[in-house]
Amino acid sequence: MLSIKNLHVSINDKPILKGLTLDINPGEVHAIMGPNGAGKSTLSHVLSGKAGYTVTEGSVTYQGKDLLELAPEIRAREGVFLAFQYPVEIPGVSNIYLLKAALNAMRKHHGLPEVDAMDFLTIVKSKVKLLQMDEKFLYRAVNEGFSGGEKKRNEILQAAVLEPKLCILDETDSGLDIDALRIVAEGVNSLRAAERSFLMITHYQRLLDYVIPDVVHVLAEGRIVKSGGPELALELEEKGYSWLEGQAA
Amino acid sequence: MAVEQSPESYLAAYPAIASALPGADLPWLQQLRQDGLKTFEAHGFPNLRDEEWRYTNLAVLNKTQFTPTDNQEIDTDWLDAYRLENAWSVVLVNGRFSSTLSRLTGLPGEVSVQSMRAALDGNSTDLQARLGHAVTNDEHSLVAFNSAWFADGVVIEVAANYRMAKPLQILHVVTYANALAATRNVVVINESAEAEIIENYIGSAASYFSAAVNECFLEANAGLTLYKAQIEADKACHFGGTYVKQARDSRLMHHNFAFGAILARTDIRSDLHVASECSVNGLYLGANRQHIDNHTRINHLMPRGISREFYKGVLDNRARGVFQGRVIVAEDAQQTDSEMSNRNLLLSADAEVDTKPQLEIYADDVKCSHGVTVGQLEEKSVFYLQSRGVDEASARNILTFAFANEMVDKVENAELKALLFKQLLARFPAISL
Repeated sequence: MLSIKNLHVSINDKPILKGLTLDINPGEVHAIMGPNGAGKSTLSHVLSGKAGYTVTEGSVTYQGKDLLELAPEIRAREGVFLAFQYPVEIPGVSNIYLLKAALNAMRKHHGLPEVDAMDFLTIVKSKVKLLQMDEKFLYRAVNEGFSGGEKKRNEILQAAVLEPKLCILDETDSGLDIDALRIVAEGVNSLRAAERSFLMITHYQRLLDYVIPDVVHVLAEGRIVKSGGPELALELEEKGYSWLEGQAA
Repeated sequence: MAVEQSPESYLAAYPAIASALPGADLPWLQQLRQDGLKTFEAHGFPNLRDEEWRYTNLAVLNKTQFTPTDNQEIDTDWLDAYRLENAWSVVLVNGRFSSTLSRLTGLPGEVSVQSMRAALDGNSTDLQARLGHAVTNDEHSLVAFNSAWFADGVVIEVAANYRMAKPLQILHVVTYANALAATRNVVVINESAEAEIIENYIGSAASYFSAAVNECFLEANAGLTLYKAQIEADKACHFGGTYVKQARDSRLMHHNFAFGAILARTDIRSDLHVASECSVNGLYLGANRQHIDNHTRINHLMPRGISREFYKGVLDNRARGVFQGRVIVAEDAQQTDSEMSNRNLLLSADAEVDTKPQLEIYADDVKCSHGVTVGQLEEKSVFYLQSRGVDEASARNILTFAFANEMVDKVENAELKALLFKQLLARFPAISL
């Protein structure tokens, strides 16, 4: 599904990722943990195609394609979805409009006709229910005036409608209270499927109590310094990150 | 660059048309016209040396001789695309009232709508007390020009305590090449009456000059919602001035949509008496070489007035937008509450906006604020949409559309809103809703 090999990324000539290697197979859930400044968000941004990052070395292959060569919108249409750490407010654009525009852009890319208006509403409303959101959210401007928890739920709603193949969750759990976290985690769990992979970037072990990963990686100083099963997260919770710094994977 | 403002060609042509202008037998109107002519003779069209016109060059008006015409030819199918179904309508073709195209059947007795010509031909005593009283020829020489040249217009009066069941649409239509369509319109909303008036400015001729002056009188506790949708032809010149006298407790809601014309100027001025309210919204969209000037002046003359002003502009290519918003709070206007905001989006490096909010406060117990922004689309928003599969060009269109649509969204008349919405979509084609 996704194969990252020796990835080096700089921002304004400052190296952030320094040889990151990671493979994700279809259906797997990988968690990436690590201290602040380790390069977690840089990884999610580079994978989704945000401007401002320079790849100086290495490669990213997604479903056999060079992911780094693709425009952000093409990556999205090919099934890469980024749930933003800080979802952007877009005044004047309603949620339902964005969902429809996004879904149709994806369908067009795959040679499918535009979604039928009634079918679309049915799909969207079922997903809204899944995330325990009020239908009124659909008609509000994207993220405008939403609480932190509502914004994160809205990201997962988009993922639920767009049904990506690779879902990158960038600190989706940060800033959520336990109730909101449960709802978001249930949403994520409902999306788990044999052909859908997840890359969960998190700062807190707590998320992994609700979404059980297949693999846990520790990202420090721009590289994966340790990988293991879910029990690694518990170890990190107990010991912190300092014992891993300076180690190579 | 000094541009010669020479009104000679207009002045030379004036005697030939003067006798055909309405109200030739009314001494009071002749005085107003002569006074206007003198002012215009002395100053020509306003020029860049005038502080109120420093961003807007009207030299083009001298380069082409725009001429009044009696021509009434029109493609009615084209006209009907702008007509609102659920409204009475007045149609002014090339600046002349068309009784055949206007739809006023069933107008209740409480509402009087007549052409300026008919009003001046009849007992014009009431009109004499209005015409030239909401705005004088001293305002600027385009108003003076209008006083001398106006050939028709519409006079509207709503009886006290009456609330119009349907809006009245005024379609200003120019169909004749190089026509000068100068109209003077008078609106009187009597005590506690309420009305909704929608002005549309459209044209099928390539080049013309549409110059309309509206004088509005809101008597005590009256309410007027006035929409202006300026969708003139690409090469047209447009001037529209609306001057309002607001008696105590009256309410004015004005929406100004400036989309068309190569050169357009809108003046909105309101004089507020005790506890009256005025809300002026505007959206100007400029592309290519359009120049769109919006000038507002809110005079808080007496205590407890409320004014709200919200203007947005979107400028692309080499277009230029101007927003000059003045709020004047007189010494007697204590407890005035005023807010003004102007937000601009520049879509190209060559686009320009000159925005100048001005607060002049002579009272000491007031609440006044103003804010201005000029910016580009936020890249993080563009990326957010891209990350959802929307291509960059569409993402920019969606965001621009959304920025502008906030003003269209404020329109309460559903038919007009749909018409404006269509205009916006045509300008910023994105994925349809």
